[in-house]
Order: sequence, then C-alpha cells, then structure tokens
Amino acid sequence: MLETIIFYVFAIITVAAATSVVTVKNPIHAALFLVLTFFSSAIIWITLEAEFLAISLVLVYVGAVMVLFLFVVMMLDINIARLREGFSRVLPLGIIVAAIMLALMWTVVTSDIFSVEAFAKPLPKAADFSNTKALGGVLYTDYVFAFEIAAVILLVAIVAAISLTMRKRPQTRYQRPSEQIKVKKADRLRIVKMPSSGKES
Amino acid sequence: MTVELSHYLILAAILFCISIAGIVINRKNVIILLMSIELMLLAVNFNFIAFSHYLNDLAGQVFVFFILTVAAAEAAIGLAILVVLFRNRGSINVEDISELRG
Repeated sequence: MLETIIFYVFAIITVAAATSVVTVKNPIHAALFLVLTFFSSAIIWITLEAEFLAISLVLVYVGAVMVLFLFVVMMLDINIARLREGFSRVLPLGIIVAAIMLALMWTVVTSDIFSVEAFAKPLPKAADFSNTKALGGVLYTDYVFAFEIAAVILLVAIVAAISLTMRKRPQTRYQRPSEQIKVKKADRLRIVKMPSSGKES
Repeated sequence: MTVELSHYLILAAILFCISIAGIVINRKNVIILLMSIELMLLAVNFNFIAFSHYLNDLAGQVFVFFILTVAAAEAAIGLAILVVLFRNRGSINVEDISELRG
C-alpha cells in the first residue's frame, strides 16, 4: 500500500514537472523543473530496487548535467521573447502529436502482453542484498568491453567540449614551453671582455 | 491495489509524449530542445528499469548505466556547441542557423 502511494505521488510530481519543463518561459526555471523531474524519478527507481542507478541519476544529472545547463543558460544573454514567438500557434499541434502517440502507446502497454499474469510482481530482495555489488559483478565480467567503450566515449566528450569552447585571444600573453626548452646558453648570455676600470697596482 | 508493470510503462509513455510535445512547441529554443531529449532518455530508462525489476534480470540496469553515460556526453557536447554558436552568431534561435539550407 505504501508503495502504491509513493508511486502515485511521485508519478504525479514527475509528470507535472516534465510538463513545466517544456512550457515555462524562463530557461532557468525549466532547468530547475528538470532537476525536480529527475529527482522524483530517482525515488520511483528506488522502489523498483535499482538503488545504484537512482543515486547515480541524482549525482550525474542533478550534480553535473544540470549545473552545466544552468551555467550555459546564465552565461548566454538570451532574448526569451524572440524564442517564444509562435509558441501559442504550434501549441495545439504539439498537443495533438503527443496525444496521438500517447494513445498508441497506451493501447500497446495496457494490452494483455504486459498484464499482471504475464509479469507477476517479483518477491522483494533480502535486506542485505546489495544492488551495487550485483551490478558491479555483471558490469566487470559480461559487459567489460561495453564499459571500456563508455569510458572512451566520456574521454571523447571531455576533449570535444574543451576543444570546442577554447579560444585564443590575440591580446593575451602565452608561454611557449617548446621554445623555452630549446633555448641555449649562447642565445641568452653574452660575455663582454673589457678592461677593468680600477686603478692598476 | 498494487503497482503493476503497466503502471510504470504508462508513466514512461506519458513522459516520452510530453518531451515529444516539448520538441514540437519549442522548435526555436535549443536549450529546451536539449532538455526535451534528456527527458526522452529518462522515459526510455524508466522502461528498462521496470522490465529489469519485473523480469529479475540485471541486464536492463546495465543498459541504463550506458544510456546515462551517453546522455551526459551528449549534453556536454551539445552545450559546448551552443556556447560556440552563441559566441559566433549572438543568438541561439534555430531559425538563424540556416547557412547549410538544410
């Protein structure tokens, strides 16, 4: 019973927040509503016994991706009024498209294929069952190559993001390490022979 | 009254359709478009997690793990492109980006 209440409360919060994400005027509010959506979905994931992924959803999205979104939204000086042009004109079209897709999905999802008889509620895991440990056991054995590819994808994303946004300003002074290393004693030091100016004894 | 598999699938379907509507009605705002794509991936992840729970199979959760990785990379690169675009054009309106006449 408690699980049902939790599911309905957080499902309503998720749907309401997701609707706000796509309809609010201010992109900052949209980013914050996206945080709420991810947070309430993480709670529903915990009731589905996916504890590790729920925590990593909060860490990755609320901690990293949303901060990135907020940084970018606040860094750019956006003309919101221009971006909202035609919003009310295409709103009916968006609702119609979404309603048709939802009707199609609804008929598939509520059919007998996914009924309670076909997919019975599994017994809850024991209290000392570790979802993280089980996931790690699968991830580092059966899916180790996919795991390494994921690591490479993240590396590529880091390099791409930095190389896209880095720029050289002409007026800034930079060090050139290669030329600093190549320099010889003769390039910098000049020994001048000259008579001493003191009195000869 | 218990929560069945179809409840989770319906919730995921509703989320997915909201993000489809978001893409249609926010065609000009690239930031909201990126957020809608994130919402779509969340809806897909919901399906994976629900089936993983009801089939008692961890493979679904491993998939969600990889989808999270790819989604984070996609968001980082998308926002980097957005910053470069704004620096060069002074605007993020999709209609201003028509150089390629696509």
